Amino acid sequence: MIYTLLVLASPVSGHGARTAARFASAALDRGHRIDRIFFLDEGTATGSQLAVFPQDEADRLAPWVALAEQHAVELVLCIASALKHGVLDANEAVRHEKPAASAHPAFIISGLGQLIDAAASADRFITFGG
Amino acid sequence: MSTPQRKRTVIVMRHSPYGSSLTRATIDLALAMGAFEQDFDLLFMGAGVLQLLTDQDSAEIGVRNAGKVISSLPLYDVESVLVDADALRRYGIAASDLVLPARVLEAVELHPLLSEADHLVSC
Repeated sequence: MIYTLLVLASPVSGHGARTAARFASAALDRGHRIDRIFFLDEGTATGSQLAVFPQDEADRLAPWVALAEQHAVELVLCIASALKHGVLDANEAVRHEKPAASAHPAFIISGLGQLIDAAASADRFITFGG
Repeated sequence: MSTPQRKRTVIVMRHSPYGSSLTRATIDLALAMGAFEQDFDLLFMGAGVLQLLTDQDSAEIGVRNAGKVISSLPLYDVESVLVDADALRRYGIAASDLVLPARVLEAVELHPLLSEADHLVSC
């Protein structure tokens, strides 16, 4: 089955984002397909490589990077939300004259069309957070 | 990627307009779906119906007026706007208080709408 996931949950508040990463990993392990995961609103903070988390807590970023690197899942941050949350790739940092890029390279910054396209071809569409 | 059949989506708006940025992000999603000519309904339930009130004034909190953005949805091919009748009653809102023409649905009508949709986006 093809799943498309929409992550609205913040990586630092509640457990929606963690649940989403674990769901994605479990679905792939069972032979399902996830081509793309879309992050919107507070969910876009997930893509920051500058966030620092307490050492005695689970790493918020690593599970996503693993999904992208090991399973070729596309991780797409909504551009409007990502900019507001200070998650910029090199292009956006230059465009908006900001001192640094903050997005982890495993994430792509793009528009809502990427979500609509992925949902149109998905058997199941699941929202985390909201 | 192939799309064997057209999906019917219901976007469910459940939050009040100025409590978080999620409501604005969801309206952006509805606008994008309209622009991409998707088959979808935008349903306001619970506290979400407060987004539809006329006479909103958000100037003092420095954010865009949610009602104004929503009233422009029909111009952007967002054709089906639905409202939960129970929520309107709970908040004492009349259909004439809404910023755009919306179809008011009773609980018995909401059930088939939600259960027959291919995708639900709950925001």
